[in-house]
Amino acid sequence: MTARRYAMAVDTRRCVGCNACVISCKTENALPSGGFRDWIVQEVHGTFPDLTMQIRSERCNHCGDTPCVAACPTGASHVADGGVVLVSKHKCTGCKACMASCPYGARWVHPDGYVDKCTFCLHRVERGQVPACQETCPTRALTFGDLADPASEVSRLVNRRPNLVLQPGAGTRPYVFFLT
Amino acid sequence: MTELDVARHSHLVDPQLHVWGWEIPVYLFLGGMAAGVMILTTLLLARPGERSRALRWLPFAAPALVTVGMVALFLDLEHKLFVWRFYLAFRWTSPMSWGAWILLVVYPVSLLVALAALADDQAGWLAGRLGPLGGLVRRARALALPRAEGLRAANLVVGIGLGLYTGVLLSTLGARALWASSVLGPLFLVSGLSTGAALLMLFPVSHDERHALARWDLWAIGAEVVLLLLFLVGLASGPAASQAAAGLLLGGPYTAAFWALVVVTGLGVPALLEVLEGRKVLRATLVAPALVLVGGLALRWIMVAAGQV
Repeated sequence: MTARRYAMAVDTRRCVGCNACVISCKTENALPSGGFRDWIVQEVHGTFPDLTMQIRSERCNHCGDTPCVAACPTGASHVADGGVVLVSKHKCTGCKACMASCPYGARWVHPDGYVDKCTFCLHRVERGQVPACQETCPTRALTFGDLADPASEVSRLVNRRPNLVLQPGAGTRPYVFFLT
Repeated sequence: MTELDVARHSHLVDPQLHVWGWEIPVYLFLGGMAAGVMILTTLLLARPGERSRALRWLPFAAPALVTVGMVALFLDLEHKLFVWRFYLAFRWTSPMSWGAWILLVVYPVSLLVALAALADDQAGWLAGRLGPLGGLVRRARALALPRAEGLRAANLVVGIGLGLYTGVLLSTLGARALWASSVLGPLFLVSGLSTGAALLMLFPVSHDERHALARWDLWAIGAEVVLLLLFLVGLASGPAASQAAAGLLLGGPYTAAFWALVVVTGLGVPALLEVLEGRKVLRATLVAPALVLVGGLALRWIMVAAGQV
């Protein structure tokens, strides 16, 4: 058996930007007022009337090459099971080097003084559940799974559908794929 | 029509590019200056001939500057009680980790060098003033005196490491296009030398020592001009993101501050003054060093702020 590699496919053709993923994440992870681990981006291109809009549910990309983990001086930022990037809050000094190194702005400072970010709901995944954002998504735009398993739904979507990752030029090898 | 998109409208998350405030540029300025003081006092102490009494005290400026800088760093931490976590780990990929340990090494090395540089009566006065710590001062000085040469070599190495690291800290954070330049390490090092020389020139060192400092400062300013030029050329000839970053200093919002404070005030005018003073056209005053200090702080401030736009 090969090592797990968790990933997420975000179907931009299904996403309507309802923010249900954002709210369910806040509830599941008991995030404080103003703190978000995922968010909606609406990108509009063109000149009226020739407009196109892409709606994306974005979060930490759980990169294959992690500048945030490299920049962390205490080892608080680390790569956990399945390539998930986590922050150990009992090791984090809040120096913000990881935030300065993240090309995606996926990290923020929790009012309790540590840096917080998406965990792919690893606590749920370990119980055999899907992340809260995916469970709530009313249009089924989000698909979490193991990319190392070719039979998983996320593998099939990423292999079958055209997709892109955010800022590929940053060289971070993101594991959140946006199906177009 | 106004289209308002309120998704993720949060002060915690949205200004996410701006993660570091005044604390980091102030620390980088003081750390660089401390590095300059370590290197330059070592070079001055190694010269043959008389040393002024002021110079004998000045190696203490390095740990003092680092202490103030570390207070600024501490204030930047979001979880201040966990500051000790820096010293439970060494992460070789993290310049922040290197820096935390370098700062710790600065203290014993620079303090021992400083104690060894004192004249006997100065050391006696210091030990007398420190009360219960006086015995420790005497023992440390007795330890340092026979090893002064080796300690000065270590001071030089640690000083160079400290100065380089203040720039490398920014340049390894590749997500910020303005900082993605390997020139930043040497640039901040020579700027630290220049500001260190300027600080030393504020004190009543001997005429000969002041002359040497002004000469070295001119070299540092020359190197800084070359490195700034390389930095800008490197960015301007890079990919689109780098060009946009260079544009911040070449026509963008930080252009006026950069050219007025860093290039003219911090490099051009003091260099001119030091040349004229060296040729005895002008009397040496505190104006040139004061301007160098302004320019050094402005350089860090602008680089840290513009990198987070």
